[in-house]
Amino acid sequence: MAENLLKIEHLVKKYEDNTILNDISFNVKQGEVIVIVGPSGCGKSTLLRCINALEPIQGGHIYLKDDEVKAGGANLAKLRQRIGMVFQSYELFPHLTVIENITLAPMKVQKRAREEVEKEAEALLKRVGLLEKKNYYPRELSGGQKQRVAIVRALCMHPEILLFDEVTAALDPEMVREVLDVIVDLAAEGKTMMIVTHEMQFAKAIADRVIFIDSGSIVEEGAPEAFFESPKTERAKKFLQTFTFEDVSKRRAAASDSISASE
Amino acid sequence: MQNLGLEVLFKGKNMIRLLGGLWVALKISLISVAISIPLGILLGAMMTWKNPIVKAILRIYLEFIRIMPQMVLLFVFYFETTKAFGWDLSGETASIIVFILWGAAEMSDLVRGAFESIPKHQYESAEALGFTRAQTLTYIIIPQTLRRLLPLSINLITRMIKTTSLVLMIGVVEVLKVAQQIIEANRMTSPNAAFGVYLTIFIMYFLACWPISMLARYLEKKWR
Repeated sequence: MAENLLKIEHLVKKYEDNTILNDISFNVKQGEVIVIVGPSGCGKSTLLRCINALEPIQGGHIYLKDDEVKAGGANLAKLRQRIGMVFQSYELFPHLTVIENITLAPMKVQKRAREEVEKEAEALLKRVGLLEKKNYYPRELSGGQKQRVAIVRALCMHPEILLFDEVTAALDPEMVREVLDVIVDLAAEGKTMMIVTHEMQFAKAIADRVIFIDSGSIVEEGAPEAFFESPKTERAKKFLQTFTFEDVSKRRAAASDSISASE
Repeated sequence: MQNLGLEVLFKGKNMIRLLGGLWVALKISLISVAISIPLGILLGAMMTWKNPIVKAILRIYLEFIRIMPQMVLLFVFYFETTKAFGWDLSGETASIIVFILWGAAEMSDLVRGAFESIPKHQYESAEALGFTRAQTLTYIIIPQTLRRLLPLSINLITRMIKTTSLVLMIGVVEVLKVAQQIIEANRMTSPNAAFGVYLTIFIMYFLACWPISMLARYLEKKWR
């Protein structure tokens, strides 16, 4: 049994009187891929932000191995190096080239040598098919390319866990694939990841475990096959239905049946 | 071709005098720029502080300088300081003080605006990478602020140069004043002198400000 890498205990997040996350508890094991799904506004992005202490929490604890992650905590900058995060809107640094975007944090934060970091960055860029863009500025890249650079930027810090916050939500449909392929590749490699997404097919393919959140609480949690094929709760069933469409020809047939029946 | 009265420029030392006047104008603006830009950056940085008292004081200062026409400020500093405190400021000194106060106020607001225009997400993505607050400012936020600021501050510099044309109102003999003197002195012999002299001044101002504008445009393109 793999050890728990991330422990979340009774997490509560409030904005003034408005409770966003209510008593969330779960563990993430080394090498596990967790996909978090739920309707928009359910708090799933906030959950990721709490794990990286970008949001202060009002109750509970978050532990990365034995260290507590806490907004304003003493070792926060150190802890954040161990947690990689990729955002919906890429958030590359616009004044730096692709390679500088990737190497800045390893060089300045981890004090690693330039040659070593650049070599690694180039290898990673090559892997995501962007080596020839290394001296481009972010504004010269497409959304999908920017997001792949953002993933490489997070990877180059050697994080123990990667958080993906709706990383394909801002992309054109044809660019979604190139980004998801990179993530699938990382999963195959055994990286520990938490992924918030609306891409259900992708979730099904990549998840070791699916967590379904609604109105700030975990409603259902389980293996992807079980969750997507036969959800236990009514709420999850209803949510999953919003992703399926009834075939129009069936509906036409049903309509003509009912007309002929009434005649 | 109509007589533009350009010949007055070549009479005696007139051209040298005009250039001397231009130098006075440029000197006032350059000294003011050299002091007010760093001062403005400092005040602008202070405006982003959370301290409400500092914020309020700077806000009042900025609004006061903005609302007052520059000419009124010049009069206040030239005449009223003598009356109130017995200071005997020369026209040039009074002008420089006013231009520094004005330039620093405008600059501080540009700095504040540029700084606040950096999206919150830039801080978050930097902090998520493990940058400390100081590192985030040094490597991510300040370089981006400077890029946004440069074209704006160069624009302010050209405005300061042009606005020196007001200082003749408190007796500073700058290029416009020299021009008026030349035109007056030659009213009988070259009644058209105004055309030629003002045309010359137009070209002088253009040559002083144009390279600066071009630099701003170049940087804007480069750092877009």
